[in-house]
This record gives sequence, C-alpha cells and structure tokens, in this order.
Amino acid sequence: MTPVATPFFFYFLAALTLLSAILVITRKNAVHSALALILGLLAQAGLYLMLYAPFVAGVQIILYAGGIMVLFLFVIMLVNLERSQKEEQFNRQKVAGTLAAIALGGLFVAVFIRGKALFPASSNQIAEGSNTQQVGELLYGQYMFAFEIASLLLLVAIIGAVVMAKKRI
Amino acid sequence: MLDYVTSYLSSNTTPGQAGNLVWALIYILIVFGGVSVAVMAMNWLERKALAHFQIRLGPMRVGPHGLLQPIADAIKLLTKEDIIPERADRLVFWIAPLIILCASFAVYVVIPFGPTHAITDLNIGILFMLGVSSLSVLGVVMAGWASNSHYPLIGSLRSSAQMISYEVAMGLAVVSAILMTSLNPSGTGTLSMIGIVEAQQQQQIWYLFKFFPLGFIAFAIFAIAMVAETNRAPFDLPEAESELTAGFHTEYSGLRWSLFMLGEYAAMIAVSSIAVTLWLGGWLRPFPNALTGATWDLAFSLFPGFLFLSLAAVAWVGVIRMPKHPYFRIQTLGLAGFGSVLGLIGLVLFVPPVRDRIQDIFWFTAKVAFFMYMYIWYRATFPRYRFDQLMRVGWKVLLPISLAVLIGTAVAGMVL
Amino acid sequence: MPDSTPHPSPLELGSPDKTFLDSNELILNMGPQHPATHGVLRVILKLDGEKVLGVECVIGYLHRGVEKIGENRTYAMFNPYVDRMDYVAAVSNGLGYCETVEKLLQIEAPPRANYIRVILTELNRLASHMLWLGTHALDIGAMTPLFYTFRDREEILKIFEKYCGARLTTHAFRIGGCLYETYDGFEHDVKKFIDFVPPKIDEYEELLTSNRIWVERTKNVGNISAADCKALGVTGPVLRASGVKWDIRKALPYAAYPDFDFEIPVGANGDTYDRYLVRMQEMRQSLRIIRQAVEGLPEGPIMAKVPKVMKPPAGEVYHSIEAPKGELGYFIVSDGSTQPYRVRVRPPSFVNLQALDLMVRGQLVADVIAVIGTLDIVLGEVDR
Repeated sequence: MTPVATPFFFYFLAALTLLSAILVITRKNAVHSALALILGLLAQAGLYLMLYAPFVAGVQIILYAGGIMVLFLFVIMLVNLERSQKEEQFNRQKVAGTLAAIALGGLFVAVFIRGKALFPASSNQIAEGSNTQQVGELLYGQYMFAFEIASLLLLVAIIGAVVMAKKRI
Repeated sequence: MLDYVTSYLSSNTTPGQAGNLVWALIYILIVFGGVSVAVMAMNWLERKALAHFQIRLGPMRVGPHGLLQPIADAIKLLTKEDIIPERADRLVFWIAPLIILCASFAVYVVIPFGPTHAITDLNIGILFMLGVSSLSVLGVVMAGWASNSHYPLIGSLRSSAQMISYEVAMGLAVVSAILMTSLNPSGTGTLSMIGIVEAQQQQQIWYLFKFFPLGFIAFAIFAIAMVAETNRAPFDLPEAESELTAGFHTEYSGLRWSLFMLGEYAAMIAVSSIAVTLWLGGWLRPFPNALTGATWDLAFSLFPGFLFLSLAAVAWVGVIRMPKHPYFRIQTLGLAGFGSVLGLIGLVLFVPPVRDRIQDIFWFTAKVAFFMYMYIWYRATFPRYRFDQLMRVGWKVLLPISLAVLIGTAVAGMVL
Repeated sequence: MPDSTPHPSPLELGSPDKTFLDSNELILNMGPQHPATHGVLRVILKLDGEKVLGVECVIGYLHRGVEKIGENRTYAMFNPYVDRMDYVAAVSNGLGYCETVEKLLQIEAPPRANYIRVILTELNRLASHMLWLGTHALDIGAMTPLFYTFRDREEILKIFEKYCGARLTTHAFRIGGCLYETYDGFEHDVKKFIDFVPPKIDEYEELLTSNRIWVERTKNVGNISAADCKALGVTGPVLRASGVKWDIRKALPYAAYPDFDFEIPVGANGDTYDRYLVRMQEMRQSLRIIRQAVEGLPEGPIMAKVPKVMKPPAGEVYHSIEAPKGELGYFIVSDGSTQPYRVRVRPPSFVNLQALDLMVRGQLVADVIAVIGTLDIVLGEVDR
C-alpha cells in the first residue's frame, strides 16, 4: 500500500507531539496536563504507524493512552488539587533551568548533525503486515527472559498496591 | 466517470485496500448514516420491547406504534437549554461527549459487513477496535470530573473502573478467538477482521462451536464483558436512579446528553458486531458447509425477502385492526405506509441481482440485531449488581476463566 | 424520663480504622424525597468510604395527628381515619380497630362477619406483599416484577371495589361486624382469583428466587439476629425470618383464624433473602386460608347487636392483629363518653424501622436501599 503525503503527516504529528508536551508542563490544571499528554501519546502512535509498526501503535493506544493515562486521571481526580492550583507555575530556578535546557538541546542537535552518518540505516525492510509476528517472535523467543522478569515486576507492584490499600479486616 | 465507478467495483477490495479516497468517503457516509439510523431504531425498539416485557405498550402516540418517537425525542433534546454548571471546566465539559462519540464511531471503520464491504481492512483490525474502545473510558472520566460535582465524579470513576476491569477479560477472550485463526494449513493467524471471518470460512466452522466448549465459553465471556463495557444492565449501577450516585452524565442537558446516549448505543452495536465477527461467522450464512449446494444457497437467499414480507404482513394486520374512527386516520395511514415500505423492500430483495449481493450484509445485520435484542432482554430481566460484586465478577470470575480458556485453546490447537 | 446513661447517637459511633491512606469519612443524606425510601423518610448515613458506620432516620414528614384526631371523634367516626395510616393494607388497619373497640364494648362479631373479615384481610395481605415485592425488586434493579405484581394486584383491588366501593382505603368493616353483605358472585370471584394467582407467584419466584444476581444482592445483607429482634420489638416477617415462630394469628388468635389450618413460614438467617422467602410463603399460606374461608362461609347475620350510641364503660384495652407488616396494635382508653380518651396505635413499621441502624452497620451503601425495602415500611404508618 503506497504511503500518502508522508512529509505532511510527519510534520503534523511531530508538531502535535511537541505542542502537547509543552502543554503538559505549562498548564496549571493537572487534568489539562494529563489530557495534553494523552494527545501526545496518540500523536506518537501515529508516528509508529508511519514507521510501519502497526502493532506497536495499537498497543500504545490500548495500554498507554487507554490504560495508564486513565489511572493517572483517577489519581489526579481523587486527590485534592485545589491547593496546587494556587501555586506558582514556575519556580525560582527559571533562568538556570532554561539555560540548561537550551544547552542540552544544543548538544543533541550537534550530535545529530555531526554523527548522522554513524546511525544505523533505517530498517523498514520488515514488511508492514508482519509487524505483529516479528514482535511476537522476538518477545517470546529471543527476549523471553526479559519479558518474564518484567511481568514479575508488575506482579510485585500489583501485590504491593493491594497490600497498601487494603484495610485491616 | 462511469469507468471510475466500475473500476473500483470490479477491483473487489475494500476502499482502504484500494487506496480510493472518494469511495472510502462514500462508504463512511453510508456506514455512519446507517449506524445513526440504527441507533434511533434501537432507541425505539428498547422502549417498545421493554414495555412489552412489562405488559404495557410503550410509545403509541407519536406516529404509528410510536415509530416517530425517537425523532420527537431528538427534536426535544435539540431545543433544550444548554446548561453548563458554573464552576465546571468548560473545555473538558465540551470535549467529553465528543470523545465518547468519536471513539464509538471510529470502531466502525474496520467492521466487515461482507468480504469486501468494509471501509478498510486494517491488518491490526482487532487491536484497533480494542484500542479505540478503550479511549471511551477517558471520555467517561472527563465527563464526571468536568461536572464539578461530587456525585457525578464518583459515578464516573466507578463507571470507568468497571470498564477497564472488564476490558481485560474481553481482551483475553478475543485472544482465544485469534488463536483459532492460526489453525489453518499455513500456520499464521491474522488480526484483520475480514481475515478472521475468512479463516472461519476456511476452517468450515464458526468459532462458537470450535473445540466445543472452549469457543462457546470464550464467546460467553466476551458477551458478558461487552455488556459491562457499555454500562448496561445488569452492570448499570453507576447510572441507576435509585442508587445514591447519579451517574456521570447528570449535569449534561439537551444535545450533549443525547451525544452520550448516541455514543452508548453506537458502542453497543460496535461490540456486538465484533462478537459476531469473531465467533458467529460474520457475514456467513448459517450452515455454509453442512448444507451446501445451489438449492440451499437459493433457499437461504430467499430468506431476507420472506422476512421483510412477513414483517409487512404483521404491519398490515395491525392496520386492519386499527379502530375505524376519524381520529385514527393519520395513524392508520402511517402504519399502512410503513407496511407498504417493508413489503416493497421485501419484493426488491427477491430480485436476483439484489438477492445475491444483499446476502452478506443481511446475515451480518441479522446477527447483530439478535445481540441488540439480548441487550434489551437482559435489562428487563436482571436486577443490578452491587459495585463490589460487579468488580469481583470481572476480576475473580471472568479473568481466571478466560485465562483457562486461552490455555485450553492453545493446547487444543496444538494437539488436535 | 431520659436515661441516666448517655445514649450514643449513631452519628458518633465507630470511628474507622486509621490506615496508611486517609480514610474517607462523610455524612450522607438520603433526603426526604428519594425514589427508594418508599415515602418521605430522611436517612442520614455515616459512611467510611463505602461502608456504613451508622444510620439515623428522621421521620415525621407524614405526621397528620391521627391519634389526636381520634380523641375528638366518636368510635364509629374514627373508623375511616384508620385506613389512612397503612394505606397499602387498609383492611387490616380497619380490622384491628374494629376488633379493639368490640373488645372494649364486649361484643362479638357473628361468625359470618368474621369469615368475611378474614377473607378480605388475607386478600389485603396478598396485595400488600405483592406491592412490597414489586417495589423491593425495583430498588434492587429488576424492573419487570413490579409490573407483574401490579397487574395481579389489580384483581384484588377489583374485588375490593365491588365489595365496598373503594380500592385502596376501603373502610370495609364496621364496629360489630361488616356493613356490606357479600355481593352476588363474591365467592365466584374469590375462587377464580385463588386459581389464577398461584402460577403468578411461581412466575415471580422464577424470576427472582434462583437468580444469582438476586441471591448475591440479598443473601447476608441486613442480618439481624433473633435476640436483637426481640430486644427491639420487631415483629412480622422480619421476626419470623430470624427464626422466631411468632404469629399473632396462631399465638393470640382473633377473628375466625382458629377455624383455619395454615402454616407459619420461618426463616433461618435473618437476612434479606430469608425475608423474601418468608413473604413469598406467606402469600401462598394466605391463599390457603382464603380457600378454606370461602369454602366454609357460614350463613347468618353479618352485624352484631351494637348500641346506636356507643358509650363503652371506662377502661382501657389493648388488642393486636397480624398486619402484613407485623404486629399492629391498638390501645384505646375510654372514659365512658362517646369519644375515646386516647387512641394509641402501635404501628409495626415504626418499630421495625428502629432496627434499620443495627441491620446496616458494616454493610455497603447500596445495601441500605435493599434493607429499607426489605423492612417493608409505609411512612403513613410510621408517622401517623
């Protein structure tokens, strides 16, 4: 299937991601920040699609935007936030922070420009249709051990949460 | 112009596959228009069927047998005052129903009404469906929060907790069905919706009956989880009136509230379509392998026509039994017109070219209509689950069973 | 006289466990107007998150001063007021009052009148239990039984209307017997009704009794032990479901009940499910009583010899009957004149409602509504 209007979509999605990232840190209202983050994650899913990785895009939407962000929103809504809305948005280290961010950004740009030739070649030789199969084979074949460790970690986190939240009978 | 039309029609793919934007837009308009009409019909059917379960009649006045009631409701809701609570967050208040609506409607992009009758055939179709319907949880959470009121907030948090709990069991049941698609000779399964139905056709069995009872249990888990996903009885505690928390859509009035209702019915039809696609064979007619042959094909293809003619006959019997009084003249004329339209559709469905083409869409729609009726039946019959019991069923009952079914399916697939 | 020991209000009881996370303690008001409180009842809940710590009921929204009115009316004139207390089971109220005054006047109603009274009272018990079932199921979420029970209740109300002209507040009995003779076709109608109803009761049971959602919503919800029932004075199906076999129709028989053969259903656990089963069984036993009464209806007068001007001797009398909701008692003090000195009504719903606090401690908020429904209270009776 021939891709259509790739530069337009790329710039659109990238701009959307950056915009939502900026909105996340500048909004006073925590719920607005969370919603902006959701928007950013959806734009990122679109970028995954453009990289011929539909499975990753789908999973990003299901788990990250539809699961983790919902839990974020739960916590934000259950915790009393009125006090935080009166706080100042930026603290006293504004100037130092901005300078450090600009320096770091400059470093990234310099590395990219100088070392572009050293990056590995783009690897979209994998057919679009078999993204799911590839991910499955890698995850359950080569990286099985890491997968199981990650699931154990999650299990520990769940048990910890249940123990902490459960009231004494 | 004409060969543009015929070139697409003869290419025998979905507009998405063919990359044809214009036809994709036409399909989108048809499907979304159809869904909107279906939602209105569902609203009417729910009120009538629920009433008949409860030995009363339901709407009878607005149009013959209340057929125009949904239109009257729509007009009423459109002309209501749009109230926004004073300290509500206006942006989020405005966006929440739109998110639910868009999420519910976006699922229709992948739903296959026939082997080439879908807007597109994503090769991650099922994953897309699961992802998009999980976005409607966000809409629910936002709606409750934006109302700036204690009860809607609790109601929305409960509602969304319920939805994400049952999504897990739903996903695992879906995975068992997907696992069955890989049991074809080539050994690779598929996530695309059209591919799943074609796999059922290839393996010559509806997944409902495959590895009996595993397929059936997976279907049952999905059927229960989808009722909980759409917040319908018996899992409708967050929006029940006799409980203390009033539900996330309390502060919404007029058109905004109707968007919620629209989203809810559209989500019901969407998840029913997914159940039909995964387990009930999608657009395949009943017994595609047991009863093969030209005569059986002909018999089954005459079924839609006969169905509509019998519905028209029922409407005409109603016309004859209407009271013969001047006050009832308009109602009688309306019912007669409705019966005539049904009869005309039935007659058109007997014409051979139409008859052959309408098969897929008809069987798919008939199966989805069966699920819609079951939704109304559940609402009439069952009491409500208490919230902690609801969560217990989702986590402690459905999840272990769906895991067991998944493992069983995998083992059966390898052994058998 | 106030108690010397301070009685803690439920709102101060039971502070929740302080755990790592802040507990969410709040006071919630189920206001007088609420779809599930069966009338104007205000319930103040003290909650710890979702769990109920205590309940306080505020009543009096329907207080009409019936007892005070009784002091200013003659005995016969007060009869219609009595129906309006428990307006769902008006015939029982009338029966209780008439029998109490007859006890005061020391007259006995003739046998035929007693049989007619029993038939109408048991029909009324059926009607009251049917209404209870419909509204209780609706509170728990099952919408359909309401319409079925109301359809069948219509038949009972039709019989009442044919007999005395009114469906709800019937004023069916008079002091000394019944005023109206049974109309032509009364026995036929009642027999037709008795044959028509048992399959309907089976229909209700089919919808609810083995429905797992119903069982989960009602089992172990609102438990009350027999000792607590006796301590609070709770009577009726609530008491019987906790295991105490006490029914005034058998223990202190009145009207024509000694002539009939029927059973008292008793439960085991004292939870909502048992109360539901007890009331369903009571419906069937009522049908049994009605059948025996209609088949054995004696001939004779329907009114005893009652003086034109009723001036009972000075004294006091207490008489109670088994109303559908519990023990309905009348305490009348007469000072020798035509008007009573004091009419005191012991309404079953008022006493049963006091058990609400004990029954919902430790349960969840959604159970409070189920428990209020299972107590079967009528606010007209609670507030009078």
